[in-house]
Amino acid sequence: MSAVIKRELKAYFTSPLGYVILAVLLLFGGMNFSLVFANGYADMTYVLGSMVTIIFFVIPILTMRLFSEEKKQKTDQLLLTSPISIRAMVMGKFIAAVTFFSIFIGVCVIFNLVFQVFAQPDWIVFLGNVVGMLLFASSLIAIGVFISALTESQVVAAVGSFAVSFFLMSLNNIASLVNLDFVTKICDWISFSARYQTFTQGTFDITNTVFFLSVIAIFLFLTIRVIDRKRWA
Amino acid sequence: MIEVKNLTKKYGSHKAVDDISFVVNDGEILGFLGPNGAGKSTTMNILTGYLSATSGKAVVNGFDVLEHPNQAKKQLGYLPELPPLYLDMTVKEYLNFVYDLKKVSMPRGPHIEEICKLVKIKDVYHRLIKNLSKGYRQRVGIAQALIGNPRVLILDEPTVGLDPKQIIEIRNLVRMLGKTHTVILSSHILSEVQAVCDRVIVINKGRVIADDTPDNLSRNLSDDHSMSVIIDGERKAVESALKNVKGVKSVSYVRPHDKANEFVVEPIMGYDIRRPLFQLVTENNWPILQLKSNELTLEDIFLRLTDETIDTSNLERSLKARKEVSVKAEDIIFETEEKEDAE
Repeated sequence: MSAVIKRELKAYFTSPLGYVILAVLLLFGGMNFSLVFANGYADMTYVLGSMVTIIFFVIPILTMRLFSEEKKQKTDQLLLTSPISIRAMVMGKFIAAVTFFSIFIGVCVIFNLVFQVFAQPDWIVFLGNVVGMLLFASSLIAIGVFISALTESQVVAAVGSFAVSFFLMSLNNIASLVNLDFVTKICDWISFSARYQTFTQGTFDITNTVFFLSVIAIFLFLTIRVIDRKRWA
Repeated sequence: MIEVKNLTKKYGSHKAVDDISFVVNDGEILGFLGPNGAGKSTTMNILTGYLSATSGKAVVNGFDVLEHPNQAKKQLGYLPELPPLYLDMTVKEYLNFVYDLKKVSMPRGPHIEEICKLVKIKDVYHRLIKNLSKGYRQRVGIAQALIGNPRVLILDEPTVGLDPKQIIEIRNLVRMLGKTHTVILSSHILSEVQAVCDRVIVINKGRVIADDTPDNLSRNLSDDHSMSVIIDGERKAVESALKNVKGVKSVSYVRPHDKANEFVVEPIMGYDIRRPLFQLVTENNWPILQLKSNELTLEDIFLRLTDETIDTSNLERSLKARKEVSVKAEDIIFETEEKEDAE
């Protein structure tokens, strides 16, 4: 597994892709940070809150090539004929993507340290924000990994995972339009943004944590199944 | 040692591999021969665990590929049809990645260096794979298969796309590796199989249609054992004399060549008529101007197999029958020789 993680992380930095993603995250992160800073607030909640939309666009790009490119270049033959399990392979790629994303979280810590110089930011709220953001992003990454395993085309993978994550995100907007009680309930329950919001208030909610972890587990499991099933097709 | 038993792979209703069985012994170089789409790659992909068989089983050095995939895969080095190279890596990074992936326990530096020396990629070691030529990419692919020094090597068309010099180099390399490894190599280049392999399995439409040494194959696969002979002599006399040569089944006249005449002589299965023929013509002082076997070359047979317009089922049947017959014919010759000795 460590071999896969190492390779994927390296691959982000040997192609322009990794740099572009980081540049986008840092640009908008920095912009939001300076806006919040200029308005006299010392709260990362605002910064991260306005990053959610950006992350939406970025995560599918981050995950699109993970499996589709392997299939296209036939390098999956190397992985699948090596003495490593499919599970280790999927986990390796997932962890690599999450690790790459964590660079952004690391930068957020620096932002908060800058706040610390001038004010007293609430570190508990910040921690909630960071954990929430990490869980939220990891769920999107797991979805992206799954969709990437379905296709040979990076573009299809990116568009597909963007569509799925956007649908999951906007569920609560849909819910408010529908006047049926149970539909609203289901939509609210699934809605990623509502669950992410609770983290930003600095409350550590076990249900939401379990929810995101379950989403990650389900999609990684599905990815393993999809790859394994292909051998039987 | 590799054992394949009743392996079948279906894609929907299409059988890519149809009930294939064979055994490869330790230290043997086995050639897989067959037209494109015959099921060579599919069989190899099943052997290496990339695909799963619909039924049947494949065992590598005692480990079932399906039941103990990781142990089985540790015994294997695989070069697929398209070398599985990450173009964004350098050769060094790539080989190190494969080393990690295969969890090799040998010392890293010397092991990789030895392989690079073997396949002659030391001068491109620090270059991006993206920038390498086809020949070098193929060699990096072979290097990848050798990492971890697996006992079994499976090479899918290792010389495809190489220039003649590289082809010879790779063949020599495979022959050398064959001394210490069990090798399965697929190809649709017959001379290659003939040059490198100890044994050949011919696959067509997912089935094994022949399994023999290359020499026996070229002899037995042919369904025409007749010889064409041009003899400088009077037509009628030569023709009737030829008919009386021991082992001759039929003689037919073809056409005159100046003063000489061309005949096609068909021997009885299993007889070598060249010596008696020579004796006959020297006795009668008829100079032989040409003696040529009409036997199909492997090339011819292969072309016939690949030709979709010809129904190959008859050929396949005759190949099988011929193999049995030729074994019997050998016995007969042996017996008659014994009788002659007794006389």
